[in-house]
Amino acid sequence: MTDTKYEFGLDTFGDLAFQDDGTPLNGDETLRQVIKEAKLADDLGIYRIALGEHHRPEFAISSPEVVLGAMAAVTKSIKLGTAVTVLSSDDPVRVFERFSTLHGLSHGREEIMLGRGSFTESFPLFGFNLEDYNGLFEEKIAMWQKLLEGKPMNWTGKYTQKLTDTTVYPKLPSGETISTSLAVGGSPESIIRAVAYDIPVVIAIIGGEPIRFRPYVDLYKKAAAQFKKPEHPLGMHAHGIILDDEQEAVEVGFKYIKAEMDRIGIDRGWAPMTRDRFEFEIDKGSYYVGTPEQVAQKIAHNMKALDMKRFDLVYGTGGQLLSQREATIRNFGERVIPRVKELLGGE
Amino acid sequence: MTEPVIGILGAGKLGSTLARIATSRNLPTMIGSTHSVADLKWVIDTLAPGAISATSADVVKKADVIILAIPLSRYQDLDPAAFAGKVVLDATNYWKEVDGTHNHISDFTHSSSEVIQDWLKDAKVAKAFNHMGYHDLEIEVDRHPDVPRAMAFATDHDDIRPLVKQVLTAFGFDPFDLGPLRFGLVLEPGSPLFGEAIPRDQFEAKLDAIYDSPFGKEIIAKRGGPIK
Repeated sequence: MTDTKYEFGLDTFGDLAFQDDGTPLNGDETLRQVIKEAKLADDLGIYRIALGEHHRPEFAISSPEVVLGAMAAVTKSIKLGTAVTVLSSDDPVRVFERFSTLHGLSHGREEIMLGRGSFTESFPLFGFNLEDYNGLFEEKIAMWQKLLEGKPMNWTGKYTQKLTDTTVYPKLPSGETISTSLAVGGSPESIIRAVAYDIPVVIAIIGGEPIRFRPYVDLYKKAAAQFKKPEHPLGMHAHGIILDDEQEAVEVGFKYIKAEMDRIGIDRGWAPMTRDRFEFEIDKGSYYVGTPEQVAQKIAHNMKALDMKRFDLVYGTGGQLLSQREATIRNFGERVIPRVKELLGGE
Repeated sequence: MTEPVIGILGAGKLGSTLARIATSRNLPTMIGSTHSVADLKWVIDTLAPGAISATSADVVKKADVIILAIPLSRYQDLDPAAFAGKVVLDATNYWKEVDGTHNHISDFTHSSSEVIQDWLKDAKVAKAFNHMGYHDLEIEVDRHPDVPRAMAFATDHDDIRPLVKQVLTAFGFDPFDLGPLRFGLVLEPGSPLFGEAIPRDQFEAKLDAIYDSPFGKEIIAKRGGPIK
């Protein structure tokens, strides 16, 4: 399938960005900026770009497939994905239609990452009850997998529409599918279910020492053996800023990543991040902030420790200046990815 | 003192994390969940090696201290008779993703742990392990080995205070006694103390300023004054 053993990609939620003079970009401008950044990532040969779906003031992307469609028109080989599509509060049939449309527009470069939704704004927004959080996801992921079979659908559900011999269009070309992965956090149950679904897993490791996730990696492997399901390559997702000057990267991170975490923390009841914790996340934890060599060493170390084959770097967290965003993307593509591959000793 | 047997109900994010901390500190640990023991065992053997997987009934029967790490809204699944005379640490919080959009269990007039104590009327309930995120239970404790983080607790039963303190200390925390159970309200989601993994002096300062916060002001508005 892929010509490389490892996959490295960029993720963004479309955080509202800033001009280098500090002028904030509005949502429209940020969306067009993200298209430019995808073009840059494609030119640099980065494997994928994946967009988050959010319905919040600080993020411009609520409809990732529309943005991915625009990216499809200006890029050649980069995979165009979501991270994540909140399937629980969406209609799997419509999701399929949007992704099969993207399949056509992008020559099959579309990818979907399904999530239960760590942000929950989409539930009331689209008329779903958080009370049904688990039931919605279970049912819709089953419906999604059936849709992927590409046959006329017969379906009866509790939260979803009844379908009788219904074909969903545009149909995927015969033998082709929509590459699907599943995002999980720290829930043992989510990991076990992912194995049962037979869908590759990407773990969000956004705080603390990544090695703490090793038990979850082991759990995934054990569950695969237990259920006699294939063990898919694992992926991870984390935030980063890669600049030539280490101190500058740290300060940009403190200004923007911390601010972003604190904003989200207000809704989730997290305490504001201390400087001490922020520096810990860079030194030993889950922030990939520093020079290209530092970030490459850290990525390689953690991919090895956790047996990861996919690494998605969230860039532009908290907005950041356009030049800072571009520097991170360039450094990631030109220096970090080749160096990580070298350190991992693989292709 | 001999180590009390820790029994954890719930094997999700919080339960498995607490089990891992307990076993890493050589505390005898049992864990039970709604899954069968066979289904639970291979998961726990991976996530918290050393913890004994058991039925929930067995955990309740055999453990000296039972930690509730179940979704709060499922508290009525617990059999009050089985808990008679038991020491219970209520680590649950109202979490809308799990418990539903509308919190009908706790509000600014009473804490969810008081509801649990009312349900488990013959048990001795303490509220504990509530104000720290499950990931921070490990991260923040391990990275400050010399300055233990304050872990607040509240209970109406003076006779269990020494045991509660012993357990919290054994888990690596600095036990912080808030007093009677009703004071535990200040540990719940939305409070400035919620999410805090800080040393005692900082915790105390935040607690002292609680009624300056919007959360504290809501308590005053709904209760007609601070918690007394």
